[in-house]
Amino acid sequence: MLINPNIATIQTDTRFADKVYLLPVTPDYVSSIIEAERPDGIMLAYGGQTALNCGVKLDESGVLAKYGVRVLGTPVSGIKNTEDRQLFKDAMGGAGVPVLRSKTVTNFADAKAVAEELSYPVIIRVAYTLGGRGGGVAYNEIELHEIVERGIKASLVGQVLIEEYVGEWKQIEYEVMQDYSGNSVIVCNMENVLSMKVHTGDNIVVAPSQTIDNAEYHMLRSAALRATSYVGIVGECNIQYALAPDSDRYVAIEINPRLSRSSALASKATGYPLAYMSAKIGLGYKLSELVNRITKSTTACFEPSLDYVVCKHPRWDFAKFEMANRRLGPTMKSVGEVMAVGRTFEESLQKAIRMLDIGNDGLALNRADYTIYGHNEGGDGRAPDVEEIEERLSHHDDRILYNVAAAIKMGISTERIYKLSAIDPWFIEKIRHVVQVADRLVSNDGKGGRTGADDDNSSSSGDNSSGDNSSGSSSEVPARLMWEAKKAGFSDAQIARARQTSPDAVREWRKSMGVTPSVKQIDTLAAEWPAVTNYLYVTYGGGHDDVRLSGHDDRGIVVVGAGPYRIGSSVEFDWGTVNMVWGLQENGEKNVVVVNCNPETVSTDYDICSRLYFEELTQERLLDISDFERPKGVITCVGGQTANNLTLGAARRGVHIMGTAASDVDRAEDRSKFSAELDKLRIRQPEWQAFASMADARAFASSVGYPVIVRPSYVLSGAAMKVVWSRDELSTYVREAADVSPDHPVVISKFMLNSLEVDVDGVADGKDVVIGAIVEHIDSAGVHSGDAMMCIPPWRLSNNTVDTITEYTEKIALTFGVRGPFNLQFLVSDGQVYVIELNIRASRSMPFVSKFVRSNLIALAARAILGKPLSPIPEEKWRRTATYGIKVPQFSFMQLDGADIALGVEMQSTGEAACFGNSFYDALSKGLTSVGYNLPDSGAALVTVGGARNKEKLIPAIAKLKDLGFEIMATEHTAEFISEVVGPVRTVHKISEPDRKPNIADLLYERKIDFILNIPSTSTLEKYVGMLEDEYQIRRKALELGVPVLTTVELADSFVKTLEWLRTNKTTRDHLPPYSDGSGNR
Amino acid sequence: MTPRGLKITIKESSHAGKHAKLILDDGTVLEGDGFGSSTTVFGEIVFNTGMVGYTEALTDPSYNGQILTLTYPLVGNYGVPDPSALDADGIPKFFESDRIQARGLVVHELSLVASHWNMHMTLDEWMHGQGIPGISGLDTRALTKGLRTGGVMMAALAVSDSEIDADLVRARLAESPRYTSEQFMDAVSTKSPRSYGCGAQRAAGGGSGDGGGEKKRPIVVIDTGAKHAILRNVRSLGYGAILVPWNTPYEDVMSYDPAGVVISSGPGDPEKCKETIQTATRLMKDDVPTLGICLGAQILGLAGSARTYKLKYGHRGQNKPCTNLETGQTYVTSQNHGYGISPDSLRDSEFDLWFSNADDDTVEGIKHKSSRCIAVQFHPEASPGPYDCRFVFENLRDLIEGPGEAAGGNGGSSSNTQKTSRLQDAEEVITATAKE
Repeated sequence: MLINPNIATIQTDTRFADKVYLLPVTPDYVSSIIEAERPDGIMLAYGGQTALNCGVKLDESGVLAKYGVRVLGTPVSGIKNTEDRQLFKDAMGGAGVPVLRSKTVTNFADAKAVAEELSYPVIIRVAYTLGGRGGGVAYNEIELHEIVERGIKASLVGQVLIEEYVGEWKQIEYEVMQDYSGNSVIVCNMENVLSMKVHTGDNIVVAPSQTIDNAEYHMLRSAALRATSYVGIVGECNIQYALAPDSDRYVAIEINPRLSRSSALASKATGYPLAYMSAKIGLGYKLSELVNRITKSTTACFEPSLDYVVCKHPRWDFAKFEMANRRLGPTMKSVGEVMAVGRTFEESLQKAIRMLDIGNDGLALNRADYTIYGHNEGGDGRAPDVEEIEERLSHHDDRILYNVAAAIKMGISTERIYKLSAIDPWFIEKIRHVVQVADRLVSNDGKGGRTGADDDNSSSSGDNSSGDNSSGSSSEVPARLMWEAKKAGFSDAQIARARQTSPDAVREWRKSMGVTPSVKQIDTLAAEWPAVTNYLYVTYGGGHDDVRLSGHDDRGIVVVGAGPYRIGSSVEFDWGTVNMVWGLQENGEKNVVVVNCNPETVSTDYDICSRLYFEELTQERLLDISDFERPKGVITCVGGQTANNLTLGAARRGVHIMGTAASDVDRAEDRSKFSAELDKLRIRQPEWQAFASMADARAFASSVGYPVIVRPSYVLSGAAMKVVWSRDELSTYVREAADVSPDHPVVISKFMLNSLEVDVDGVADGKDVVIGAIVEHIDSAGVHSGDAMMCIPPWRLSNNTVDTITEYTEKIALTFGVRGPFNLQFLVSDGQVYVIELNIRASRSMPFVSKFVRSNLIALAARAILGKPLSPIPEEKWRRTATYGIKVPQFSFMQLDGADIALGVEMQSTGEAACFGNSFYDALSKGLTSVGYNLPDSGAALVTVGGARNKEKLIPAIAKLKDLGFEIMATEHTAEFISEVVGPVRTVHKISEPDRKPNIADLLYERKIDFILNIPSTSTLEKYVGMLEDEYQIRRKALELGVPVLTTVELADSFVKTLEWLRTNKTTRDHLPPYSDGSGNR
Repeated sequence: MTPRGLKITIKESSHAGKHAKLILDDGTVLEGDGFGSSTTVFGEIVFNTGMVGYTEALTDPSYNGQILTLTYPLVGNYGVPDPSALDADGIPKFFESDRIQARGLVVHELSLVASHWNMHMTLDEWMHGQGIPGISGLDTRALTKGLRTGGVMMAALAVSDSEIDADLVRARLAESPRYTSEQFMDAVSTKSPRSYGCGAQRAAGGGSGDGGGEKKRPIVVIDTGAKHAILRNVRSLGYGAILVPWNTPYEDVMSYDPAGVVISSGPGDPEKCKETIQTATRLMKDDVPTLGICLGAQILGLAGSARTYKLKYGHRGQNKPCTNLETGQTYVTSQNHGYGISPDSLRDSEFDLWFSNADDDTVEGIKHKSSRCIAVQFHPEASPGPYDCRFVFENLRDLIEGPGEAAGGNGGSSSNTQKTSRLQDAEEVITATAKE
């Protein structure tokens, strides 16, 4: 039985578990399920920190003991040994593993004594201050004095902690497996390119470690086994170390007694399925009884040996958050990651950068020069000077590696770069190699090392040594340099840029010289044993393919995955990819091949498909794989926009795209073509125009009236999409938007305020159109569809509107020749229905719709793509139901230092949950609980509302709260306004007026506020004219203190009604029924 | 916020970018980039799957006569430490013997810049100084698969500053002595006895009650290609170590009045170590506490009427699971052997099977049925590789001193704490001897 409210993940398809509960992972809900199901055991290590914390609470409250539920795997005592700082220190002491030394002091004299004992540098952490502010690193007594004095003043309790500072130490992790009998192995070790200064989740990570020698490797390995044995791990855990760069001193930083992001990475990096093995161990198997899943003959009680280098790169989405600080530090800010496999570090790193899908082709030779020369903060295109670069080297942000490359170009020495950045010289030298090869590609200098092809016989090598310095620009790079560049991970696009030619020309020339990649296996043991694995990567570090495809029988269908999780593209596309694979298999396809590069997905589990390429989702690599596989066809409609964007280019180069024709996909993506089709169908859309000149843009914006939405033609979750409120803002924004997608024009459209937004998910096969559901957004338009709460069935739409939407949907799907999944977005304003966009691919809401209507839309799409008749869903199944389904977004603002949590047209959520219920509020209360809202039955609410109209709208909710017995607090003007209508409320004062009491800041700290209704004035010019600093402060502080903030009128209203509903009702706790059509079920 | 005073040595390679060809006995010619010494060598080509530890591997005498292929593709990253650094007993701190023992090195990529705080020179610089050639730029995975399926074979590695005539090298390869026919003992074994730590009067490290201030009897290590790590481990048991030539007769071994004897690891066919086998036979007969490691295990096996055979491509790596059949505990071990003890032959021998390879059921350890004699096929001394099996040395101590409080289970039973303390000991050895 699985408990997880994450609607979009493939985990919560009923195939993986006998029963799935889409319910919040909280002690309350889990207890209910335990009570109903009476399970024998519970596993806590697989649901991240949420599950772990919940499990500990269930243990402490006696629920587990009461129902006789055994914790399978690491016992709660073991979990506590790692989670509690003091118990952890004690355990490490017992295991003989050093930890950071530290001491709490209350005055400078003591601080000085402690610092001298620990020896400088030391880090000063301030106790009880918000967000760790006021601390710092001291390298000497003078610095110590300044920071300690400041810190003691800032601390509410006058305390600071003096701790050894290891920010410049190497950051190294080990993944450990241990069974009940004490057999233990290290599955993988990993080294972070950026030092301890940067959170491991934000780090560029290599596996295995690269800069430590045998003694250090095994010293840390032994310590890991001792530590895990001592704390009592059963199953899998991860231990993180800091290792001095100039000696073999080390400290253990922490142990994660559960599967973690690092474990997922380690599993994919080695081919050793950690979670699977860990689960078996939890059931009582010994490690030596388990079989290596790759060889199928050797034991799982071994340590994988890699013969490649893995590079994990985080994906950040800072651009989506106004005011977010890009600096990397101890708090994780990335939203996803990619993993690249290569035979050189350079190859892995540059592959990883391409996998990020952020528009860069590698570390050098990118479209925008700033990526190699370092971004100029002023935005004036001026190359930064040495001083500026040196400053950036010592303060990491998401562009750190580009800054290292820039520093190398400027002639700054490796020693100097190391001193400033604390990046190990070995990595700096590898970046230098990339820069050198880039320079040689530009200068046409074929000389270099003697690096040739990985020859398999002497005959092929003779011609490599000739042909240096061959003439000309264009694609004709000498073979030796071409090999070196490809081995160093350069893409055809980068080489083409250096030679001022096209990637196609480079590809052709390269292939004519025989410079082509090899397909290698990830086999866990460096080819020592015969491996039957289908887990593959593509590299130029070799001259032999590990697998041979024999003729027609092996020809399959390639399914392109979605790449890294990011804002707007997350687990839902993993769900889509996996369901497409299953759908194809269930319809008789024997060879289904997956290409993807996200280590956090199920689609990159090698046992899902016939062959898995852990690879870049780029045109070049798709063509390479296509050359090798000669597939029947390629499916690009389930991997989100990343896969979708490959459709046209691949089709033009002879790849057979299965499903909707590439030209039809293009017609939908290209706004002009799309619009023309809609005009023909007489279907309305918000006024829009593509613009090439600023003058045209301004003229259009004035004519339709501000605000307008500006966006590139190919839209991804509002990437670079922005609501522009004035002429000046338009000018500054245009450049930014143009940067994202220069190959496509930028469009502006009228932003329709106060309208309803509707999503339709469906499948068509060219003849029939099946509508999965019409989904209504609870928030009004303007909140990005990915951030909006959604409801099935719609609850505010008239029958007429539903009929119109249904009619439009069928017309559009047939007009665009859709064969497969599609998603349509509508606006409903004053009873009129407008089409916003058509996505001819799987959508974010498809798992929600599929699970709600119990018909797997992707399974249906597989049939459509294979040309098999669609099994019809019962007419309007989504509408004729007694059940409500509500999807609620999950935000991670907490992690984004400074980010504002007010919602807007840019998508900001990083995940979602959905719950089903017998009523709207049943579903909603479970949904809200799932994403972390506390639903109090009494307490105090702070109300701050911008704009008279919002105040009006919120009055009913406030009145209801008062009726329910909540205390209402509001700032002066709001309080005045509210009290006139609903009676007296408590007046409180703004954070910006700290001397006036009672003050909001104090009340927040003292936990006197249970939740906040804070509606920013998004619908007025105020949003642009200057975000109200005070509102921002309230939202930010509340967030840091974990107080719920409701930022739209609709959300506030629903929240209050939910509280009311809970007074007299109890939520249902049923499990999710399986798909009724049988697809995807066990 | 910059690292202040952190010292890391960074060095560029100075002997790379040469011509190089690797020519296999089956006619395959592979061309790559040469590094190290410009010379041509002949030997048996083998592969090792360890991801760290090239310094330790290259100086392991067991690789004498062989050309070593490393399956990990990036090699030389952290350079090579200072060979002149010695520990308190005068044993080199960072090396397993006094020179590079492998005849050549085959890698996918040589790191052209190396850096590490403990680095003294780059890998190619060291190999150049030692007269050893290396080749990079090869598809080592394809080569490994070839050796796995075709078995290990003779090969020539030619590195030169000018073009290499493959035919000429091939002709010389055909005439070079075969690995299986070579006798390596004279090349790897000490010429005369050497003692380590025997002068000092030390209490036993493990706190045994032995002696009470009396001078402790030493442990004799018969050098059939011993690694320094074996000496370090013997010393850490609290015993002096006396290293004697491989062909030292039984009487001469006993002339040191040894508390116990270790027959070391080493290269080549055990049957070529006739004199050592004779000595081993007597050691068992007279119930002298004896530990055999790798080649030493095979020698003991032959002395106790087991048989040995040549493996198709050997076991060389740091990730080999071995199960103690007495306890059911499985350990990850470091291995480097091309010969093994035939499992079938144990039935009529003087031994019981002790450890078994969890992957392929090959013999990983034997125990004499009546005498105080144990032997392991893997390398409990590690270096390179994991330290998990250092308890094998403690087992030898138990044979000598009688089982102590923790000795009954022969390493492991199911006690975590016992394993913990073992590992802690191993840790101390490493920090004490491998680093300053």
